[in-house]
Amino acid sequence: MAASTSPSRLPGVATTAYLSLAFLYIPILVVIFFSFNANSLITVWHGFTTDWYVKAYENEDLRRATWNSMIVAVGATFFSTVLALMAAMGMRGRLPRGLAGTSQMMMTLPLLIPEIVIAIATMSFFSIILRSEFMAGTAFLKLVDQYPLTQVLIAHTVFCVPFAYSPIRARIETLPPSLFEAAADLYATPWQSFRRVTLPLMMPGVTSGAMLAFITSLDDFIITQMVAPPGAMTLPVYIYSMVRKGITPEINAVSAILLVISILLVVSSYVINQRKAS
Amino acid sequence: MILKTMSSGLVIQTVSKTFPSPTGPVRAVDNVSLTIQPNEFFTLLGPSGCGKTTLLRMIAGLDIPTSGSILLDNQDIAPLPAYQRPVNTVFQSYALFPHMTVTDNIAFGMKMQGKPKTEIDKAVKEALALVRLDDKGERMPAQLSGGQQQRVALARALVNHPKILLLDESLSALDYKLRKEMQIELKRLQRETGITFIFVTHDQDEALSMSDRIAVMEKGNVAQIGTPQEIYDRPATRFVADFIGICNFVKASSLGLNDNCDIGFRPEDASFTVGRGMGKGNIRHINYRGAVTHYIIELEGGETITLSEDDPQNVEVNDAVSLVIPPERLIRCTA
Ligand SMILES: Nc1ncnc2c1ncn2[C@@H]1O[C@H](COP(=O)(O)OP(=O)(O)OP(=O)(O)O)[C@@H](O)[C@H]1O
Ligand SMILES: [Mg+2]
Repeated sequence: MAASTSPSRLPGVATTAYLSLAFLYIPILVVIFFSFNANSLITVWHGFTTDWYVKAYENEDLRRATWNSMIVAVGATFFSTVLALMAAMGMRGRLPRGLAGTSQMMMTLPLLIPEIVIAIATMSFFSIILRSEFMAGTAFLKLVDQYPLTQVLIAHTVFCVPFAYSPIRARIETLPPSLFEAAADLYATPWQSFRRVTLPLMMPGVTSGAMLAFITSLDDFIITQMVAPPGAMTLPVYIYSMVRKGITPEINAVSAILLVISILLVVSSYVINQRKAS
Repeated sequence: MILKTMSSGLVIQTVSKTFPSPTGPVRAVDNVSLTIQPNEFFTLLGPSGCGKTTLLRMIAGLDIPTSGSILLDNQDIAPLPAYQRPVNTVFQSYALFPHMTVTDNIAFGMKMQGKPKTEIDKAVKEALALVRLDDKGERMPAQLSGGQQQRVALARALVNHPKILLLDESLSALDYKLRKEMQIELKRLQRETGITFIFVTHDQDEALSMSDRIAVMEKGNVAQIGTPQEIYDRPATRFVADFIGICNFVKASSLGLNDNCDIGFRPEDASFTVGRGMGKGNIRHINYRGAVTHYIIELEGGETITLSEDDPQNVEVNDAVSLVIPPERLIRCTA
């Protein structure tokens, strides 16, 4: 009888939980399922095929969009992780208590700001720079002309910083300052100390921060859609443009691939975090 | 670096360190001046929170003095960052690098100085043998006991042959037997290497048995500096007398002396007799301690004192006795 006193035993609670799981995963499973459908109608099953994957692979625009996405995601991951690591190290222990809390909150607050707001802010920011007649404006214009991905890369780097920052910050909190003092006491210059002590010990936080940044960049649609010039289409933006012409199993195939990449990254980030904890 | 230079030791001049805190500034070290000779075994002794660690950290370069200066061999080391000071520390919390093996931990300092690999390997091996951890070189710090970690920390500092080795309660985690062995080992090392040891402890036995000189600290100040014998026999203040060994303090009148200050004496310096003596009292308690026996005596004025005798005396509880203390063993403190 004791078990029935727990609120989690109320009638309907368990059912609702299972239903939620079903609602979350069934649509995704359907997408994967129909990516193997030997028919271009996406709702009627006609037999198994991998043709849609081949077709997706042969689509040149799709390949370019994927390639763009990878360049942006890798670049944004690198820059945002470096920035986040520097921010976490710089803010550690140097600020008075109240300020430290505020600075940490301000680093992670963008996670809660609606993405559309950030998108519009970023877009306006770029257009102000591009239109300004200062040297910076013209130099930036040249850069954008030469590398259409520049704006996307910068925007992604910026919004990935908070994602990379959280696990890095959590890790740095667990390291006693005496370790860095011991390194200095043992003749390590600040750079050597960073190389030999800080970085190896920060690695679990850095890796999971980098993975979060990567997946965030790879997934992003709204901000990219706003800031990307014509030649800088990323995979999600391209998929969206395909969808407007109607959903085909080819899109299902691309979505399935994107899904697998995302799951792999999230799982490895989780595993790394678990290993760090033990 | 290891070359023995003409040196005049470490001179600490009117050094103070103030920490901010929510309840106002804390003066952790208050206007301390000390001169530590080359190759001296110098001990900082004092109760918890008296500023021992803070003073060590300023010598190592991990804290910057609020005022005052620190000279090493006539050179002001204030501008030198920690990594350029020929000083190594055995940290109170060990601070071993958790991602490196014991061997890599010990080799760290020499690697950072760019020493050749063969020299490092040889030195690390010797250091491991020195702290009796020859077979633990490939372990990670987390796989060692507290005492073993402490010995790794010791080896990691010693292997660099610094001019000054700072040891912050470096034997406190060891069991009694190992601790005694390490005390002898440290003493031998210090004599053989010519390294100046600055040793922090709050264990007075350790301080007395190992040190060339001791500075007793109290609330950020140095209460007294001297050889172990000077400090034990002629403590400058009541705080020092109480902190080093056991000391009885009674009113001068209780000993039949004509003085209005308190008089101190050590339990082993006094004895008692059933005949005539300096002060009268009754035995209240007899405490057999193996090598010695403690007698707790209540004086006529109501004060309770402790005496220790090597051989059990032929007395019983409640016997009336008188104290016998050689006048030169009486301690008259100024404060
Ligand atoms: N970083 C700091 N910030 C504020 N106060 C500090 C700081 N470090 C030390 N203190 C204060 O300075 C005083 C001396 O501390 P210190 O660590 O030097 O003592 P200690 O003699 O080494 O004590 P123990 O024997 O317990 O190690 C203490 O009151 C301590 O609270
Ligand atoms: Mg201390």
